[in-house]
Amino acid sequence: MSAAVRFRASAEGVAGLAILALLGLVALLAPVLHPGDPLDIVGAPLTRPFTVLATPLGTDWLGRDVLAMIVHGARTSLTVGLAAAFVAISIGVAVGTLAGLFGRWVDETLMRVTDAFQTIPGFLLALAFVSTVGPSLATVVFAIALGAWTGPARLVRAEVLSIRERDFVAAARVVGMHPLAIAVREVLPHALPPVVSLAAVIVAGAILTEAALSFLGLGDPNRATWGGLIAEGRSVLRSAPFLSIWPGLALVVTVLGVHLAGEGVVAALALRRSGP
Amino acid sequence: MNRAFVLVRRRLLGAVPVLAIVVVGTFALLESAPGDAVDAYLGTTGGDRGLVDQLRRDWGLDQGPLQRLGLYLAALARLDLGWSVAFSRPVLDVILERLPNTLLLMGSAVALAFGLGSLLGVVAGSRPGGPADRILSIGSLALYAVPGFWLGLVLIVVFAVQLRWLPSGGIETIASGKQGLARAGDIARHLVLPVAALGILYLALYLRMMRAGMVEVWRQDFARAAFARGLPHRHIVWRHVARNALLPLVTMLGLQAATMLGGSVVIESVFAVPGLGRLAHEAVAQRDTPLLLGIILVGAVLVIAVNLAVDIAYAALDPRVGAGQETSA
Repeated sequence: MSAAVRFRASAEGVAGLAILALLGLVALLAPVLHPGDPLDIVGAPLTRPFTVLATPLGTDWLGRDVLAMIVHGARTSLTVGLAAAFVAISIGVAVGTLAGLFGRWVDETLMRVTDAFQTIPGFLLALAFVSTVGPSLATVVFAIALGAWTGPARLVRAEVLSIRERDFVAAARVVGMHPLAIAVREVLPHALPPVVSLAAVIVAGAILTEAALSFLGLGDPNRATWGGLIAEGRSVLRSAPFLSIWPGLALVVTVLGVHLAGEGVVAALALRRSGP
Repeated sequence: MNRAFVLVRRRLLGAVPVLAIVVVGTFALLESAPGDAVDAYLGTTGGDRGLVDQLRRDWGLDQGPLQRLGLYLAALARLDLGWSVAFSRPVLDVILERLPNTLLLMGSAVALAFGLGSLLGVVAGSRPGGPADRILSIGSLALYAVPGFWLGLVLIVVFAVQLRWLPSGGIETIASGKQGLARAGDIARHLVLPVAALGILYLALYLRMMRAGMVEVWRQDFARAAFARGLPHRHIVWRHVARNALLPLVTMLGLQAATMLGGSVVIESVFAVPGLGRLAHEAVAQRDTPLLLGIILVGAVLVIAVNLAVDIAYAALDPRVGAGQETSA
């Protein structure tokens, strides 16, 4: 069975991909669906959901369209989630490959640094980083990546350690291939598939961390974010709980979609998730 | 017992370089921040140039970064974490005052997640593919996607605002004058919602891990042999399958300690629990560098301590651990 066939055979994967495709479409078309700044005031404050046609999910205490903000928030969530996962996996692959290939003191040093990053609560680190450097999309992405690269680093290192003992790597060494070329062309392609299966967990974690950061007021202040919307809804939680409920539901659906798609990827790569 | 001792010594030795990297790393990060504690302090009180210079001198902020790192390390050796600008008290005092609340919150959340999670995992894993397994698997996947802080708000809306069963925040009723058991009950009532909000994600995690572990064990020869001998299903599930699937969960307990501490930052902010996490948020808001640095450091020590405890528990549960030669990291 090819990977695509196995992916289609997994009901979870198909459902997850459908959710993500829909979300991606909404995020891409946000400027068309709701043109203009989503943070503009468009109506009376605190209209209930499903009462006014122009603002189907209601308005917040300033009279801003909740649906428009959620649609634009999808852009932020997906961008940050994917970008942070990409940065985290890139750092992790680089560190893991170096540690696994060079061994000895390089391995020892890099692994102690990895230990240190795993010992600090990642969210505290992100909090400290964003608060010192200042909230912007790039800082939030990097702050999240700071706490998420250790998983892929350990995984890649373990893979590299086993792959570098194989015959084809020895053969490449014998024919005089440059160590860097061996790393990139021979070892990495075999070490990557297990990391791909980790990607979904990292993307989901990144989306949740971004939401938590903006919930605490450390997101990009010029963008509509789901976490920020939930936080703003808190002040009127007793009278208008829907303001916090809607963006949270959007988060749940997104993260669920990522997890489901991840199950599909695991099935497609025919990987067994083995216990530690 | 010698085994556990070897394990503890190895762990403690390993913790030294890790802590050193944590100290230097966080120091460097906060060093790069624009503005310092004096700017933050005078931002609230106001003051002239002379006061600025005097405060910088008093707080040692006029020296180079290396000297300040040296000063910081020397102070750490005396268990002096510095002076909190926001609270005008020693950092360690502020932290120690808040630590018990966080430990209580995290401990209860771990107990809930581990206890109920592994139990439901056994239910799901006792007949993989059965109806109970399908429901629990889908349910846990959905729970796994729920952000804790949002769940906290939903719980507040339902149980504190609508039903008025439980308080919406705080750690105990202020100035209630309750003592002893009445006070413990009051604190427990306040903890129900935050513990649920913090623990449910991990409950889903342990459920899924337990189930996945049991699915693996069912395939192994000894489980099939037990089945072939005609042992009762319940007996195989508990004595053979669940027991062997439990060990990885203990490992996970240590791995999740850091994540859970991070999660309690947001949960404590939602429920106004005066703990370490909320303190971190306050430190960030008031640009209290020494306090934030101290919290991260104490957090790291806490995580190391939890992992140590997990290792000892693991060695007690599995006689193979630490018995032979050094295993690789």
